[in-house]
Amino acid sequence: MVDHRLVYLDSQATTKLDPRVLDTMMPFLTEDYGNAASRSHDFGWVAEKAVDHARETLAAGLGAKGREIVFTSGATESNNLAILGAARMYQGKGKHLISAPTEHKAVIDPLKRLESEGWEITWLDVDAQGRIDLDQLRSAIRPDTVLVSLMHGNNEIGTLHPIAEIGAICREAGVLFHTDATQTFGKEEINVEAMHIDLLSASGHKMYGPKGVGLLYVRRRNPRVRLEPIQFGGGHERGMRSGTLNVPGIVGFGRALELCLENRAEEQARMAALRDRLQQRLESELDFVQVNGDQEHRLAVNLNISFAYIEGESLIMGIPGIAVSSGSACTSASLEPSYVLRAMGVGDDLAHSSIRFGVSRFTTEDEIDYAADRVIAAVRRLREMSPLYEMALEGIDLNSVQWQGH
Amino acid sequence: MVYSEKVIDHYENPRNVGSLDKDAENVGTGVVGAPECGDVMKLQIQVEDGVITDAKFKTFGCGSAIASSSLATEWLKGRKIDDAGTIKNSDIAEELALPPVKIHCSVLAEDAIRQAIADFQSKQAQPAEAPASEEAPAS
Repeated sequence: MVDHRLVYLDSQATTKLDPRVLDTMMPFLTEDYGNAASRSHDFGWVAEKAVDHARETLAAGLGAKGREIVFTSGATESNNLAILGAARMYQGKGKHLISAPTEHKAVIDPLKRLESEGWEITWLDVDAQGRIDLDQLRSAIRPDTVLVSLMHGNNEIGTLHPIAEIGAICREAGVLFHTDATQTFGKEEINVEAMHIDLLSASGHKMYGPKGVGLLYVRRRNPRVRLEPIQFGGGHERGMRSGTLNVPGIVGFGRALELCLENRAEEQARMAALRDRLQQRLESELDFVQVNGDQEHRLAVNLNISFAYIEGESLIMGIPGIAVSSGSACTSASLEPSYVLRAMGVGDDLAHSSIRFGVSRFTTEDEIDYAADRVIAAVRRLREMSPLYEMALEGIDLNSVQWQGH
Repeated sequence: MVYSEKVIDHYENPRNVGSLDKDAENVGTGVVGAPECGDVMKLQIQVEDGVITDAKFKTFGCGSAIASSSLATEWLKGRKIDDAGTIKNSDIAEELALPPVKIHCSVLAEDAIRQAIADFQSKQAQPAEAPASEEAPAS
Protein backbone atom coordinates (compact mmCIF):
# COMPACT_ATOMS: atom_id res chain seq x y z
CA MET A 1 0.00 0.00 0.00
CA VAL A 2 2.93 2.40 0.35
CA ASP A 3 4.03 2.26 -3.25
CA HIS A 4 2.19 5.50 -3.98
CA ARG A 5 3.67 8.95 -4.10
CA LEU A 6 2.98 11.17 -1.08
CA VAL A 7 1.64 14.65 -1.78
CA TYR A 8 0.67 16.91 1.11
CA LEU A 9 -2.31 19.15 0.33
CA ASP A 10 -3.72 19.71 3.80
CA SER A 11 -1.99 22.94 4.80
CA GLN A 12 -4.97 24.29 6.74
CA ALA A 13 -4.55 21.38 9.14
CA THR A 14 -0.85 21.93 9.61
CA THR A 15 2.30 22.78 7.67
CA LYS A 16 5.74 21.30 7.42
CA LEU A 17 8.32 22.83 9.75
CA ASP A 18 10.62 24.91 7.58
CA PRO A 19 14.15 23.48 7.97
CA ARG A 20 15.46 27.01 8.52
CA VAL A 21 13.10 27.30 11.49
CA LEU A 22 14.43 24.08 12.94
CA ASP A 23 18.00 25.38 12.59
CA THR A 24 17.06 28.44 14.65
CA MET A 25 15.35 26.31 17.28
CA MET A 26 18.03 23.67 17.62
CA PRO A 27 20.31 25.43 20.14
CA PHE A 28 17.33 25.91 22.44
CA LEU A 29 16.50 22.21 22.24
CA THR A 30 20.06 21.31 23.16
CA GLU A 31 22.66 23.49 24.91
CA ASP A 32 20.63 26.65 25.57
CA TYR A 33 18.01 24.96 27.68
CA GLY A 34 17.52 27.66 30.29
CA ASN A 35 14.18 28.73 31.69
CA ALA A 36 13.34 32.20 30.43
CA ALA A 37 12.07 33.08 33.89
CA SER A 38 15.42 32.30 35.57
CA ARG A 39 16.85 35.72 36.33
CA SER A 40 19.91 34.52 38.23
CA HIS A 41 22.20 32.96 35.63
CA ASP A 42 23.36 32.90 32.02
CA PHE A 43 21.11 30.02 31.01
CA GLY A 44 18.05 32.03 31.92
CA TRP A 45 19.33 35.27 30.37
CA VAL A 46 20.09 33.58 27.06
CA ALA A 47 16.60 32.09 26.94
CA GLU A 48 14.95 35.35 27.93
CA LYS A 49 16.85 37.28 25.28
CA ALA A 50 15.78 34.81 22.58
CA VAL A 51 12.15 34.98 23.72
CA ASP A 52 12.24 38.78 23.74
CA HIS A 53 13.60 38.82 20.19
CA ALA A 54 10.82 36.52 19.00
CA ARG A 55 8.24 38.54 20.91
CA GLU A 56 9.34 41.79 19.22
CA THR A 57 9.38 40.12 15.80
CA LEU A 58 5.90 38.65 16.19
CA ALA A 59 4.50 41.89 17.61
CA ALA A 60 5.99 43.90 14.75
CA GLY A 61 4.28 41.53 12.30
CA LEU A 62 0.97 42.65 13.76
CA GLY A 63 1.82 46.32 14.12
CA ALA A 64 1.85 45.80 17.89
CA LYS A 65 4.29 46.13 20.83
CA GLY A 66 6.16 43.21 22.38
CA ARG A 67 4.42 43.69 25.70
CA GLU A 68 1.08 43.03 24.00
CA ILE A 69 2.01 39.45 23.13
CA VAL A 70 1.04 36.56 25.43
CA PHE A 71 2.58 33.24 24.45
CA THR A 72 0.36 30.18 24.67
CA SER A 73 0.38 26.53 23.64
CA GLY A 74 -1.50 27.24 20.40
CA ALA A 75 -4.50 28.99 18.91
CA THR A 76 -7.02 26.85 20.79
CA GLU A 77 -5.64 28.13 24.08
CA SER A 78 -5.41 31.68 22.71
CA ASN A 79 -9.07 31.60 21.67
CA ASN A 80 -10.13 30.19 25.03
CA LEU A 81 -8.12 32.79 26.93
CA ALA A 82 -9.46 35.66 24.80
CA ILE A 83 -13.10 34.66 25.05
CA LEU A 84 -13.35 33.27 28.57
CA GLY A 85 -10.86 35.84 29.87
CA ALA A 86 -12.62 38.89 28.42
CA ALA A 87 -16.15 37.67 29.16
CA ARG A 88 -15.33 37.00 32.82
CA MET A 89 -13.29 40.18 33.28
CA TYR A 90 -16.00 42.44 31.86
CA GLN A 91 -19.15 40.71 33.05
CA GLY A 92 -19.92 43.82 35.06
CA LYS A 93 -20.65 45.56 31.76
CA GLY A 94 -22.89 42.79 30.50
CA LYS A 95 -23.11 39.20 29.46
CA HIS A 96 -23.69 39.41 25.72
CA LEU A 97 -21.26 38.15 23.06
CA ILE A 98 -21.43 38.03 19.24
CA SER A 99 -19.91 35.49 16.90
CA ALA A 100 -20.76 33.38 13.83
CA PRO A 101 -21.54 29.69 13.28
CA THR A 102 -18.60 29.21 10.89
CA GLU A 103 -15.96 29.86 13.55
CA HIS A 104 -13.50 27.18 14.58
CA LYS A 105 -14.62 24.90 17.40
CA ALA A 106 -11.97 26.52 19.60
CA VAL A 107 -14.13 29.67 19.47
CA ILE A 108 -17.58 28.05 19.36
CA ASP A 109 -17.03 25.72 22.30
CA PRO A 110 -15.83 28.32 24.83
CA LEU A 111 -18.78 30.51 23.76
CA LYS A 112 -21.16 27.59 24.35
CA ARG A 113 -19.52 27.05 27.71
CA LEU A 114 -20.28 30.67 28.62
CA GLU A 115 -23.82 30.26 27.32
CA SER A 116 -24.32 27.42 29.77
CA GLU A 117 -23.04 29.72 32.53
CA GLY A 118 -25.59 32.43 31.77
CA TRP A 119 -24.08 34.50 28.96
CA GLU A 120 -26.13 35.23 25.86
CA ILE A 121 -24.56 34.64 22.44
CA THR A 122 -25.78 36.14 19.16
CA TRP A 123 -24.78 33.98 16.20
CA LEU A 124 -24.69 36.11 13.06
CA ASP A 125 -25.98 34.64 9.81
CA VAL A 126 -23.56 33.79 7.03
CA ASP A 127 -24.41 33.86 3.35
CA ALA A 128 -23.75 31.15 0.77
CA GLN A 129 -20.11 32.30 0.55
CA GLY A 130 -19.63 32.22 4.31
CA ARG A 131 -19.61 36.01 4.71
CA ILE A 132 -21.39 37.95 7.41
CA ASP A 133 -23.62 41.00 6.92
CA LEU A 134 -22.02 44.07 8.52
CA ASP A 135 -25.40 45.72 9.02
CA GLN A 136 -26.57 42.71 10.95
CA LEU A 137 -23.43 42.97 13.10
CA ARG A 138 -24.13 46.68 13.76
CA SER A 139 -27.66 46.00 14.85
CA ALA A 140 -26.67 42.99 16.97
CA ILE A 141 -24.43 45.14 19.21
CA ARG A 142 -26.22 46.13 22.44
CA PRO A 143 -25.26 48.15 25.52
CA ASP A 144 -24.43 44.92 27.35
CA THR A 145 -22.29 43.46 24.53
CA VAL A 146 -18.76 42.79 25.73
CA LEU A 147 -17.01 41.06 22.85
CA VAL A 148 -17.32 40.29 19.15
CA SER A 149 -15.32 37.25 18.01
CA LEU A 150 -15.04 36.77 14.25
CA MET A 151 -12.23 34.92 12.50
CA HIS A 152 -10.03 36.36 9.79
CA GLY A 153 -9.70 33.42 7.36
CA ASN A 154 -11.91 30.37 7.55
CA ASN A 155 -10.06 27.08 7.94
CA GLU A 156 -12.53 25.03 5.90
CA ILE A 157 -13.70 27.25 3.07
CA GLY A 158 -11.01 29.95 3.09
CA THR A 159 -13.45 32.87 3.18
CA LEU A 160 -11.94 36.06 4.62
CA HIS A 161 -14.03 38.24 6.88
CA PRO A 162 -13.55 42.02 6.40
CA ILE A 163 -11.81 42.45 9.74
CA ALA A 164 -10.91 46.09 9.19
CA GLU A 165 -14.59 46.99 8.77
CA ILE A 166 -15.58 44.75 11.68
CA GLY A 167 -12.91 46.35 13.85
CA ALA A 168 -14.13 49.86 12.98
CA ILE A 169 -17.71 48.95 13.85
CA CYS A 170 -16.68 47.45 17.19
CA ARG A 171 -14.43 50.37 18.08
CA GLU A 172 -17.17 52.89 17.35
CA ALA A 173 -19.61 50.92 19.49
CA GLY A 174 -17.09 50.50 22.32
CA VAL A 175 -17.10 46.71 22.09
CA LEU A 176 -13.98 44.53 22.19
CA PHE A 177 -13.05 42.73 18.95
CA HIS A 178 -11.27 39.38 18.96
CA THR A 179 -10.18 37.71 15.73
CA ASP A 180 -8.84 34.21 15.23
CA ALA A 181 -6.08 34.77 12.68
CA THR A 182 -4.71 31.24 12.78
CA GLN A 183 -5.03 30.80 9.01
CA THR A 184 -3.86 34.27 8.03
CA PHE A 185 -1.00 35.39 10.30
CA GLY A 186 2.13 35.70 8.18
CA LYS A 187 0.07 35.40 5.00
CA GLU A 188 -2.53 38.16 4.83
CA GLU A 189 -1.90 41.80 5.75
CA ILE A 190 -2.75 42.38 9.41
CA ASN A 191 -2.31 45.55 11.44
CA VAL A 192 -3.99 45.69 14.82
CA GLU A 193 -3.96 49.50 14.89
CA ALA A 194 -5.38 50.12 11.44
CA MET A 195 -7.89 47.30 11.87
CA HIS A 196 -8.90 48.16 15.46
CA ILE A 197 -8.23 44.64 16.71
CA ASP A 198 -8.19 44.23 20.50
CA LEU A 199 -7.42 40.50 20.75
CA LEU A 200 -5.89 38.23 18.12
CA SER A 201 -5.05 34.53 18.13
CA ALA A 202 -2.32 32.90 16.05
CA SER A 203 -0.48 29.61 15.91
CA GLY A 204 3.04 28.55 14.95
CA HIS A 205 2.39 25.34 13.06
CA LYS A 206 0.06 26.82 10.43
CA MET A 207 2.93 28.97 9.14
CA TYR A 208 5.83 26.49 8.92
CA GLY A 209 6.71 26.87 12.59
CA PRO A 210 6.56 24.26 15.33
CA LYS A 211 3.45 22.78 16.94
CA GLY A 212 2.66 23.57 20.56
CA VAL A 213 3.18 27.33 20.41
CA GLY A 214 0.74 30.15 19.78
CA LEU A 215 0.13 33.70 20.79
CA LEU A 216 -2.62 35.99 21.91
CA TYR A 217 -2.27 39.67 21.12
CA VAL A 218 -3.82 41.68 23.97
CA ARG A 219 -4.17 45.42 23.37
CA ARG A 220 -2.55 47.57 26.06
CA ARG A 221 -3.61 51.08 24.99
CA ASN A 222 -6.85 52.62 23.72
CA PRO A 223 -8.37 50.62 25.26
CA ARG A 224 -6.25 48.63 27.69
CA VAL A 225 -7.69 45.12 27.60
CA ARG A 226 -7.57 43.01 30.73
CA LEU A 227 -8.25 39.31 30.94
CA GLU A 228 -9.23 36.97 33.72
CA PRO A 229 -6.64 34.18 33.47
CA ILE A 230 -7.79 30.64 32.77
CA GLN A 231 -4.77 29.01 34.34
CA PHE A 232 -2.87 30.01 37.45
CA GLY A 233 0.66 29.56 38.69
CA GLY A 234 3.91 31.46 38.43
CA GLY A 235 2.42 34.63 37.02
CA HIS A 236 4.21 34.45 33.68
CA GLU A 237 3.14 36.61 30.76
CA ARG A 238 2.06 39.45 33.08
CA GLY A 239 -0.19 37.07 34.98
CA MET A 240 -2.35 36.28 32.00
CA ARG A 241 -0.80 32.92 31.23
CA SER A 242 1.17 31.17 33.94
CA GLY A 243 3.50 28.39 32.89
CA THR A 244 7.13 28.04 31.83
CA LEU A 245 7.63 29.48 28.38
CA ASN A 246 8.17 27.08 25.49
CA VAL A 247 11.49 28.69 24.54
CA PRO A 248 12.37 26.59 21.45
CA GLY A 249 8.78 26.85 20.22
CA ILE A 250 8.67 30.63 20.68
CA VAL A 251 12.04 31.06 18.97
CA GLY A 252 10.80 28.93 16.06
CA PHE A 253 7.53 30.84 15.87
CA GLY A 254 9.42 34.13 15.56
CA ARG A 255 11.74 32.75 12.90
CA ALA A 256 8.77 31.29 11.01
CA LEU A 257 7.16 34.72 10.83
CA GLU A 258 10.40 36.33 9.61
CA LEU A 259 10.50 33.82 6.77
CA CYS A 260 6.83 34.39 5.91
CA LEU A 261 7.31 38.14 5.75
CA GLU A 262 10.57 37.98 3.74
CA ASN A 263 8.67 37.64 0.48
CA ARG A 264 5.08 37.42 1.54
CA ALA A 265 3.47 38.91 -1.56
CA GLU A 266 5.50 36.78 -3.93
CA GLU A 267 4.83 33.59 -1.99
CA GLN A 268 1.13 34.32 -1.69
CA ALA A 269 0.91 34.89 -5.44
CA ARG A 270 2.76 31.68 -6.19
CA MET A 271 0.49 29.62 -3.91
CA ALA A 272 -2.66 31.25 -5.28
CA ALA A 273 -1.52 30.41 -8.80
CA LEU A 274 -1.07 26.76 -7.82
CA ARG A 275 -4.48 26.71 -6.17
CA ASP A 276 -6.05 28.31 -9.24
CA ARG A 277 -4.34 25.79 -11.51
CA LEU A 278 -5.85 22.93 -9.51
CA GLN A 279 -9.28 24.54 -9.46
CA GLN A 280 -9.19 25.29 -13.17
CA ARG A 281 -8.35 21.69 -14.03
CA LEU A 282 -11.02 20.20 -11.78
CA GLU A 283 -13.68 22.61 -13.03
CA SER A 284 -12.85 22.19 -16.70
CA GLU A 285 -12.42 18.40 -16.75
CA LEU A 286 -15.31 17.37 -14.50
CA ASP A 287 -19.01 18.17 -14.55
CA PHE A 288 -21.19 18.82 -11.48
CA VAL A 289 -18.52 20.44 -9.30
CA GLN A 290 -19.13 23.35 -6.93
CA VAL A 291 -16.47 25.50 -5.31
CA ASN A 292 -17.43 26.41 -1.74
CA GLY A 293 -16.56 29.71 -0.09
CA ASP A 294 -16.04 33.24 -1.33
CA GLN A 295 -14.30 33.32 -4.70
CA GLU A 296 -12.89 36.80 -4.29
CA HIS A 297 -12.09 37.22 -0.60
CA ARG A 298 -10.37 33.99 0.32
CA LEU A 299 -7.16 32.41 1.51
CA ALA A 300 -4.62 32.05 -1.27
CA VAL A 301 -3.94 28.45 -0.29
CA ASN A 302 -7.47 27.08 0.05
CA LEU A 303 -9.73 25.20 -2.33
CA ASN A 304 -12.92 23.65 -0.98
CA ILE A 305 -14.84 21.88 -3.68
CA SER A 306 -17.82 19.52 -3.83
CA PHE A 307 -17.88 16.72 -6.38
CA ALA A 308 -21.59 16.05 -6.61
CA TYR A 309 -22.87 12.44 -6.55
CA ILE A 310 -19.79 10.95 -4.90
CA GLU A 311 -19.06 10.74 -1.22
CA GLY A 312 -15.95 12.49 0.10
CA GLU A 313 -14.46 9.66 2.06
CA SER A 314 -14.72 7.25 -0.86
CA LEU A 315 -12.86 9.81 -2.98
CA ILE A 316 -10.11 10.13 -0.38
CA MET A 317 -9.82 6.33 -0.41
CA GLY A 318 -9.38 6.51 -4.17
CA ILE A 319 -6.40 8.87 -4.04
CA PRO A 320 -4.06 7.13 -1.59
CA GLY A 321 -0.98 9.17 -0.77
CA ILE A 322 -2.65 12.49 -1.52
CA ALA A 323 -3.30 14.16 1.82
CA VAL A 324 -6.53 16.16 1.78
CA SER A 325 -9.49 16.44 4.12
CA SER A 326 -13.23 16.17 3.65
CA GLY A 327 -16.36 17.83 4.98
CA SER A 328 -17.96 14.43 4.82
CA ALA A 329 -19.27 13.01 8.07
CA CYS A 330 -17.55 9.75 7.33
CA THR A 331 -14.10 11.17 8.01
CA SER A 332 -15.09 12.51 11.40
CA ALA A 333 -16.27 10.86 14.57
CA SER A 334 -19.43 12.95 14.76
CA LEU A 335 -21.34 11.42 11.82
CA GLU A 336 -22.46 14.95 10.94
CA PRO A 337 -21.23 16.62 7.76
CA SER A 338 -19.33 19.91 8.00
CA TYR A 339 -21.13 22.42 10.23
CA VAL A 340 -19.42 25.24 8.32
CA LEU A 341 -20.89 24.19 4.97
CA ARG A 342 -24.24 23.58 6.64
CA ALA A 343 -24.27 27.10 8.12
CA MET A 344 -23.67 28.45 4.59
CA GLY A 345 -26.72 26.60 3.34
CA VAL A 346 -24.76 24.03 1.35
CA GLY A 347 -26.96 20.92 1.30
CA ASP A 348 -25.88 17.91 3.31
CA ASP A 349 -25.52 15.94 0.07
CA LEU A 350 -22.90 18.39 -1.26
CA ALA A 351 -21.27 18.65 2.16
CA HIS A 352 -20.75 14.88 2.09
CA SER A 353 -19.13 15.36 -1.32
CA SER A 354 -16.72 18.13 -0.33
CA ILE A 355 -12.94 17.98 -0.31
CA ARG A 356 -10.54 20.60 1.06
CA PHE A 357 -7.23 21.09 -0.71
CA GLY A 358 -4.55 23.28 0.86
CA VAL A 359 -1.35 24.25 -0.92
CA SER A 360 1.73 25.40 0.94
CA ARG A 361 5.18 26.92 0.55
CA PHE A 362 6.53 23.50 -0.36
CA THR A 363 3.89 22.55 -2.95
CA THR A 364 5.18 22.20 -6.52
CA GLU A 365 3.40 22.56 -9.85
CA ASP A 366 4.25 18.96 -10.59
CA GLU A 367 2.47 17.87 -7.40
CA ILE A 368 -0.61 19.89 -8.36
CA ASP A 369 -0.74 18.29 -11.80
CA TYR A 370 -0.28 14.83 -10.33
CA ALA A 371 -3.03 15.42 -7.73
CA ALA A 372 -5.39 16.81 -10.37
CA ASP A 373 -4.86 13.74 -12.59
CA ARG A 374 -5.49 11.37 -9.74
CA VAL A 375 -8.55 13.20 -8.39
CA ILE A 376 -10.14 13.48 -11.82
CA ALA A 377 -9.62 9.75 -12.49
CA ALA A 378 -11.03 8.79 -9.06
CA VAL A 379 -14.08 11.03 -9.44
CA ARG A 380 -14.86 9.55 -12.85
CA ARG A 381 -14.47 6.00 -11.59
CA LEU A 382 -16.69 6.60 -8.55
CA ARG A 383 -19.33 8.31 -10.64
CA GLU A 384 -19.47 5.23 -12.85
CA MET A 385 -20.70 3.38 -9.79
CA SER A 386 -22.88 6.18 -8.39
CA PRO A 387 -26.65 5.71 -8.69
CA LEU A 388 -27.05 9.46 -8.18
CA TYR A 389 -24.82 10.36 -11.12
CA GLU A 390 -26.79 7.92 -13.28
CA MET A 391 -30.03 9.58 -12.21
CA ALA A 392 -28.62 13.06 -12.79
CA LEU A 393 -27.58 12.13 -16.32
CA GLU A 394 -31.08 10.75 -16.90
CA GLY A 395 -32.41 14.16 -15.93
CA ILE A 396 -34.05 13.04 -12.69
CA ASP A 397 -34.37 15.80 -10.10
CA LEU A 398 -32.85 14.20 -7.00
CA ASN A 399 -34.82 16.56 -4.77
CA SER A 400 -38.08 15.11 -6.08
CA VAL A 401 -37.15 11.54 -5.12
CA GLN A 402 -38.66 10.02 -1.99
CA TRP A 403 -35.53 8.74 -0.27
CA GLN A 404 -35.64 6.11 2.41
CA GLY A 405 -33.03 7.59 4.71
CA HIS A 406 -32.03 6.12 8.04
CA MET B 1 -10.26 5.36 8.67
CA VAL B 2 -8.21 2.19 8.40
CA TYR B 3 -9.97 -0.41 6.31
CA SER B 4 -9.63 -4.17 6.12
CA GLU B 5 -7.99 -5.67 3.07
CA LYS B 6 -11.36 -7.07 1.96
CA VAL B 7 -12.99 -3.63 1.99
CA ILE B 8 -10.08 -2.21 0.00
CA ASP B 9 -10.29 -5.10 -2.46
CA HIS B 10 -14.03 -4.56 -3.07
CA TYR B 11 -13.48 -0.80 -3.31
CA GLU B 12 -10.66 -1.14 -5.84
CA ASN B 13 -12.21 -4.04 -7.76
CA PRO B 14 -15.93 -3.73 -7.23
CA ARG B 15 -17.91 -6.75 -8.44
CA ASN B 16 -21.00 -6.35 -10.57
CA VAL B 17 -21.18 -2.59 -10.97
CA GLY B 18 -23.96 -1.61 -13.32
CA SER B 19 -27.67 -1.53 -13.93
CA LEU B 20 -30.31 -4.00 -15.08
CA ASP B 21 -33.56 -3.03 -16.81
CA LYS B 22 -35.69 -1.97 -13.85
CA ASP B 23 -38.88 -2.41 -15.90
CA ALA B 24 -38.13 -6.04 -16.79
CA GLU B 25 -40.56 -8.47 -15.18
CA ASN B 26 -37.78 -10.72 -13.86
CA VAL B 27 -35.73 -7.88 -12.35
CA GLY B 28 -36.11 -6.67 -8.78
CA THR B 29 -34.71 -3.28 -7.76
CA GLY B 30 -33.95 -1.91 -4.30
CA VAL B 31 -32.90 1.70 -3.72
CA VAL B 32 -32.16 2.61 -0.11
CA GLY B 33 -30.50 5.48 1.77
CA ALA B 34 -30.56 9.20 1.04
CA PRO B 35 -28.05 11.66 -0.45
CA GLU B 36 -28.14 13.93 2.62
CA CYS B 37 -27.22 10.94 4.81
CA GLY B 38 -24.15 10.30 2.68
CA ASP B 39 -25.15 6.93 1.26
CA VAL B 40 -27.51 5.62 -1.41
CA MET B 41 -27.44 2.03 -2.66
CA LYS B 42 -29.16 0.67 -5.73
CA LEU B 43 -29.15 -3.11 -5.87
CA GLN B 44 -30.80 -5.19 -8.60
CA ILE B 45 -31.39 -8.90 -9.09
CA GLN B 46 -32.38 -10.81 -12.21
CA VAL B 47 -34.27 -14.04 -11.52
CA GLU B 48 -34.75 -17.01 -13.82
CA ASP B 49 -36.59 -20.17 -12.69
CA GLY B 50 -36.30 -19.17 -9.06
CA VAL B 51 -32.56 -18.59 -9.22
CA ILE B 52 -30.77 -15.23 -9.15
CA THR B 53 -28.76 -15.34 -12.37
CA ASP B 54 -27.41 -11.81 -12.20
CA ALA B 55 -27.02 -9.02 -9.65
CA LYS B 56 -25.81 -5.45 -10.12
CA PHE B 57 -25.23 -2.48 -7.86
CA LYS B 58 -24.45 1.20 -7.89
CA THR B 59 -23.56 2.95 -4.65
CA PHE B 60 -23.02 6.53 -3.50
CA GLY B 61 -21.22 6.28 -0.19
CA CYS B 62 -18.02 5.59 1.64
CA GLY B 63 -15.68 2.68 0.94
CA SER B 64 -17.55 0.42 3.37
CA ALA B 65 -20.87 1.10 1.66
CA ILE B 66 -19.38 0.31 -1.75
CA ALA B 67 -17.78 -2.88 -0.39
CA SER B 68 -20.99 -3.98 1.37
CA SER B 69 -23.07 -3.70 -1.77
CA SER B 70 -20.36 -5.27 -3.94
CA LEU B 71 -20.17 -8.24 -1.57
CA ALA B 72 -23.96 -8.51 -1.48
CA THR B 73 -24.16 -8.89 -5.27
CA GLU B 74 -21.43 -11.52 -5.14
CA TRP B 75 -23.36 -13.52 -2.56
CA LEU B 76 -26.69 -13.11 -4.36
CA LYS B 77 -25.59 -14.45 -7.72
CA GLY B 78 -26.47 -18.13 -8.12
CA ARG B 79 -28.59 -18.15 -4.98
CA LYS B 80 -32.22 -19.31 -4.98
CA ILE B 81 -34.54 -16.33 -4.65
CA ASP B 82 -36.17 -18.02 -1.65
CA ASP B 83 -32.81 -18.11 0.14
CA ALA B 84 -31.73 -14.59 -0.76
CA GLY B 85 -33.44 -13.09 2.28
CA THR B 86 -31.23 -15.09 4.62
CA ILE B 87 -28.23 -12.80 3.98
CA LYS B 88 -27.83 -10.81 7.19
CA ASN B 89 -26.09 -7.52 7.77
CA SER B 90 -24.03 -9.17 10.48
CA ASP B 91 -22.66 -11.66 7.92
CA ILE B 92 -21.61 -8.77 5.66
CA ALA B 93 -20.08 -6.83 8.55
CA GLU B 94 -18.16 -9.87 9.70
CA GLU B 95 -16.90 -10.83 6.25
CA LEU B 96 -15.62 -7.27 5.63
CA ALA B 97 -14.44 -6.74 9.22
CA LEU B 98 -16.33 -3.43 9.35
CA PRO B 99 -15.52 -1.17 12.31
CA PRO B 100 -18.49 -0.30 14.59
CA VAL B 101 -19.06 3.14 13.00
CA LYS B 102 -19.51 1.45 9.60
CA ILE B 103 -22.03 -1.21 10.62
CA HIS B 104 -24.82 0.93 9.15
CA CYS B 105 -23.32 0.28 5.70
CA SER B 106 -24.03 -3.43 6.07
CA VAL B 107 -27.51 -2.68 7.39
CA LEU B 108 -28.14 -0.62 4.28
CA ALA B 109 -26.99 -3.51 2.09
CA GLU B 110 -29.39 -5.89 3.83
CA ASP B 111 -32.21 -3.38 3.34
CA ALA B 112 -31.34 -3.10 -0.35
CA ILE B 113 -31.45 -6.90 -0.74
CA ARG B 114 -34.85 -7.11 0.97
CA GLN B 115 -36.26 -4.30 -1.14
CA ALA B 116 -34.99 -5.87 -4.37
CA ILE B 117 -36.58 -9.22 -3.44
CA ALA B 118 -39.86 -7.52 -2.49
CA ASP B 119 -39.87 -5.59 -5.77
CA PHE B 120 -39.33 -8.79 -7.75
CA GLN B 121 -42.05 -10.62 -5.82
CA SER B 122 -44.57 -7.85 -6.25
CA LYS B 123 -44.02 -8.01 -10.01
CA GLN B 124 -44.74 -11.75 -9.94
CA ALA B 125 -47.93 -11.29 -7.90
CA GLN B 126 -49.43 -8.85 -10.39
CA PRO B 127 -50.43 -10.00 -13.84
CA ALA B 128 -48.11 -8.62 -16.44
CA GLU B 129 -49.39 -5.35 -17.82
CA ALA B 130 -51.13 -5.64 -21.12
CA PRO B 131 -48.96 -4.39 -23.91
CA ALA B 132 -49.77 -0.84 -24.87
CA SER B 133 -52.90 -0.75 -26.98
CA GLU B 134 -52.53 -2.67 -30.19
CA GLU B 135 -55.39 -0.73 -31.63
CA ALA B 136 -53.71 2.60 -31.37
CA PRO B 137 -53.99 4.34 -34.64
CA ALA B 138 -50.86 4.46 -36.62
CA SER B 139 -49.59 7.96 -36.98
